[in-house]
Amino acid sequence: MTMSSELPAPPVPPLLSAEDVARVVDRVAHQLIEKAASHLGDLVLVGIPTRGAPLARRLAARIEAFSGTPVDVGTVDITLYRDDLRLRGVRALEDTRLPESGIDGRLVVLVDDVLFSGRSVRAALDALRDLGRPRAVQLAVLVDRGHRELPIRADYVGKNVPTSRTQKVEVHLAEIDGLDEVLLTGGEA
Amino acid sequence: MRRHLLEVADLDRADATLVLDTTAQIEQALAGREVKKLPTLRGRTVVNLFFEDSTRTRISFELAAKRLSADVINFSAKGSSVSKGESLKDTALTLEAMGADGIVVRHPASGAPHRLAQWVQGSVVNAGDGTHEHPTQALLDAYTIRQRLGRLDGVRVAIVGDVLHSRVARSNVGLLTTLGAEVTLVAPPTLLPVGVESWPVAVSYDLDAVLPKADVVMMLRVQAERMNASFFPSAREYSRRYGLDGRRMAALTDDAIVMHPGPMNRGMEIAAEVADSPRSTIVAQVGNGVSVRMAVLYLLLGGAPE
Repeated sequence: MTMSSELPAPPVPPLLSAEDVARVVDRVAHQLIEKAASHLGDLVLVGIPTRGAPLARRLAARIEAFSGTPVDVGTVDITLYRDDLRLRGVRALEDTRLPESGIDGRLVVLVDDVLFSGRSVRAALDALRDLGRPRAVQLAVLVDRGHRELPIRADYVGKNVPTSRTQKVEVHLAEIDGLDEVLLTGGEA
Repeated sequence: MRRHLLEVADLDRADATLVLDTTAQIEQALAGREVKKLPTLRGRTVVNLFFEDSTRTRISFELAAKRLSADVINFSAKGSSVSKGESLKDTALTLEAMGADGIVVRHPASGAPHRLAQWVQGSVVNAGDGTHEHPTQALLDAYTIRQRLGRLDGVRVAIVGDVLHSRVARSNVGLLTTLGAEVTLVAPPTLLPVGVESWPVAVSYDLDAVLPKADVVMMLRVQAERMNASFFPSAREYSRRYGLDGRRMAALTDDAIVMHPGPMNRGMEIAAEVADSPRSTIVAQVGNGVSVRMAVLYLLLGGAPE
């Protein structure tokens, strides 16, 4: 039982520190190498903006460091595919960039920071369908916090975190926020 | 962003930049795709309400709305109940009752879109009203300049020709100066509007003096349908003093571009060799028009109603 108080909340230790984030990215990179094994050239990592994009680039860099094979990276903005546009205000769009060679017949791994309702992933799947026909699509996330609203699951998970709906999972990445950390804030645990 | 786009004064610098950035992102998202369609406005209805002839603007708006998966209804005054004497207000209320989320309107009377916006719930986009404004044309021109020159701030733009009757010129002056460009109007004194000295622009009567200092030359169409008084002695004289031909084009700097909102009078305000030269952005402007209008429709209709 938590008591509400007027005092400022004590600093919350991060769910994942910078070292943890680096370790998790390395582990997922190894898992991807193992899974894609002989045909790494076939693999395309597609980040979902905002924070999925730098995560995809980091994964690609680690895979190249471990295996010596460069991996194609892209981003796909899902704003125009969201099913909640009417519930929220319009938002600025972000980059959509795919490798020159496209995604037809390849293994596409979507990369996002947090897996929550699954609606972003559904929007990303809709966007991919308009962009080409991959051989298979998989999903890699830094944090899976549960509370799915759609039958969607991740193939690669950095960390599973049980949360309550009212809590917030904040992912900070050096490329955007200046430092790497994952925080769990608000609500009752 | 406001709910309607009636004139470029509805856009401050941040809004205008948002429209241009959104346009760039949409172009990027659709580049090289087989399926050039996005589901964003599925289930929304856009009415093209055209009381004045137009080919490119109407088709451009229609394509933009369809690429965003909106349902599109085209309504032109000819062959409709307008020719039976129905008023703008009754037409608007009819469309309202049918549930139009967005109304794209072109009208020969300046200010008609403003009136319309007071009568309907949906968003109104001005697609040209009389000699007043044509804001999406100015947005696509600004986008084209930014695409070719990489910037708008400090870009020197010469707008040449019939400024008096031109809603394109009026909208471009407003938008381009908001975005930091320096605009010079070049026209015979008879084709400049009263009060032009209060506009944030320079004015010149001498095209040859302006050309070497321009980054962008925007030629306006000589609107034969509005030439109901002797604005200039003859078409030949106009063409000689204010037409852009190959000789004049040679006076431009290396990177300068030539624009025209179309439809062109080849041989009148612009020579064929100029219109077809690599400096000309006329075809690019048409293509950019669709993307800019997609951005406008997304920003006005995409989100939650307020």
